[in-house]
Amino acid sequence: MSVADLAFYAFSTVTVAAGLLVTLSRNPVHSVLWLILAFLSAAGLFVLLGAEFVAMLLIIVYVGAVAVLFLFVVMMLDIDFAELKGEMVKYMPLGLLVGVIIIMQLVIGVGAWVQAEGALGLRAAVAPDLAQVENTRALGLLIYDKYLLLFQLAGLVLLVAMIGAIVLTLRHRKDVKRQNVLHQMWRDPAKAMELHDVKPGQGL
Amino acid sequence: MNATDFHTVLPEVILALYAMAALLVGVYAGKDKLTGVITWATAGLFVALAIWIGFKGEGVNPAFGGMFIDDAFARFVKVVVLLSAAGVLVMAQEHMASHDLGRFEYPILVTLAVVGMFFMVSAGDLMSLYLGLELQSLALYVVAAFRRDSAKSTEAGLKYFVLGSLSSGLLLYGASLVYGYAGTTLFSGILSTLGGEIPLGVLFGLVFVLTGLAFKVSAAPFHMWTPDVYEGAPTPVTAFFATAPKVAAMALIARVIYAAFGAIPAEWSQVLAALAVLSMFLGAVAAIGQRDIKRLMAYSSIAHMGYALVGLAAGTVEGVQAMLIYMAIYVTMNLGTFAFILSLEKNGQPVSDIASLNMFAKREPLKALAVLVLMFSLAGVPPMLGFFGKFYVLKAAVDAGMTWLALAGAVASVIGAFYYLRIVFFMYFGKDVEGADSKMAPVQWLMLVAVAAAMVLGVVNLFGIEPAAAFAAASLVG
Repeated sequence: MSVADLAFYAFSTVTVAAGLLVTLSRNPVHSVLWLILAFLSAAGLFVLLGAEFVAMLLIIVYVGAVAVLFLFVVMMLDIDFAELKGEMVKYMPLGLLVGVIIIMQLVIGVGAWVQAEGALGLRAAVAPDLAQVENTRALGLLIYDKYLLLFQLAGLVLLVAMIGAIVLTLRHRKDVKRQNVLHQMWRDPAKAMELHDVKPGQGL
Repeated sequence: MNATDFHTVLPEVILALYAMAALLVGVYAGKDKLTGVITWATAGLFVALAIWIGFKGEGVNPAFGGMFIDDAFARFVKVVVLLSAAGVLVMAQEHMASHDLGRFEYPILVTLAVVGMFFMVSAGDLMSLYLGLELQSLALYVVAAFRRDSAKSTEAGLKYFVLGSLSSGLLLYGASLVYGYAGTTLFSGILSTLGGEIPLGVLFGLVFVLTGLAFKVSAAPFHMWTPDVYEGAPTPVTAFFATAPKVAAMALIARVIYAAFGAIPAEWSQVLAALAVLSMFLGAVAAIGQRDIKRLMAYSSIAHMGYALVGLAAGTVEGVQAMLIYMAIYVTMNLGTFAFILSLEKNGQPVSDIASLNMFAKREPLKALAVLVLMFSLAGVPPMLGFFGKFYVLKAAVDAGMTWLALAGAVASVIGAFYYLRIVFFMYFGKDVEGADSKMAPVQWLMLVAVAAAMVLGVVNLFGIEPAAAFAAASLVG
């Protein structure tokens, strides 16, 4: 067994175990921490595949931004997860039954797994030749050239998500004092302030 | 990727750019002042595009390496989607404005949903299929929760979102299985690898993909979300849900089964037949107990999807043609029916209780007559147009040797007729109690009467959609 094989088994075991613990741990904060571990070991797997750019993206974007955001959201949520779990127990037998059936079907499906004859050729035909271009460049060629349409569509999906978030949550409250910069700038010092000569012994 | 590709997706580009421009204008104008203008402009653009797509396009134009296909089938569905979306927008505009829903984002979200539907019906790749579907669904989740201060509307949005995500997950899982077998996500590539013995993995993939799509058309047994979402969402939004997205999702199913899995018709035919039978019977039986007209329309739409699936299950060109005709007629009927439901109110509050229709015919004879025609048509009573829709799909099933399916459809249609006719009964022979009023904007009145008239007059030649649907079906099945 080479070092790469050893690393592969180490990373994949950690990924699967961490993924399992994300769903099993009682504390949601722990779940997010396990999720971060799963991301990190998945990044290791990408490095082993020679896709170091994707690996770095996974660490910078997912671990650095998304998971931390998750952590904040989970910490701020005021939900009694124990109560939710209690509800879940009621539906557990049915859920288990469905799960077991699906797993059995998948075992049959994966056990009898075959590929189409031309599948390997078709799979390789899409990507640029990695002997010619490095993988970051190949990724760019795919996303911004071959799959431009899909990239733009994904952008539209994000636009809808943004509009949706604003439509459903933004409220213009009347009782809040807002800063009006122009109003502040237009204030005339001569009118804003008055000087009075107050005589001794007399009020204004 | 070249200039021709961009020329092929021009309608989609125009719609997307329009949505962004309208968003800028709306935000700049502020405080929803321009809602009416944007709504009418959007509807106008939809109609103009429908005319353009309907008359201009010709031939089969694949673009972006086959990820996007513009053919007669896609164009037919796009015209139906555009016209129904335009109809829903204009007939609901006044209702939205007077019920505190006149926000300028609504027509924009509808436009973006329509862009998603365009990519769905033109999908030539599992990836563009998924992105189009998500673009449409995400916009629909948002508009379902549009009345954000109402718990029911929020619940509708959340329920739709959670179950919709689950179905997207199933669809993606199926897509990954198919990709694992075929090594490509292009429909044409998948089709080229199928043939001979079909491996189990592809079958699982096919079933998962169909499950995800069945959810989107609310076919039983994946219909659970429909009644709650229809009831909870604001009525104009419900009207939209019941029309354009249904057509697009049904067309997507047709596209997937023929373009990607056309080599194994026996496999998907049995899945679709099972979905069709379940939907027809569940829709017919479960609607009987409903007292809320919006919930009733939800079950009605489940049953109608069952009939459209009968056409697809037949697996013939005639079947696809029948499905297209059925969907076009179904959408038209729904536009008229929802124009009526939108107008129902009691003391200024919208009502949707069936009992409030008691003796409606005495108060508003013309509207009651129009609704009578629509209900007869929905039930499939000859000589209304709805009968011909059912006739075509059942005939396609019989011609394809699936007589049992056609018989099941006929039986379910008789059961289903009960609840449509009960509405008519309430309107004409109900108890004399204080019922709802029907305050209609001119557009709604026009829509209701025009649709009712079309249901009767369409008998002559179906307004020429029959040859158009035949041409579209031939371009898909080929």
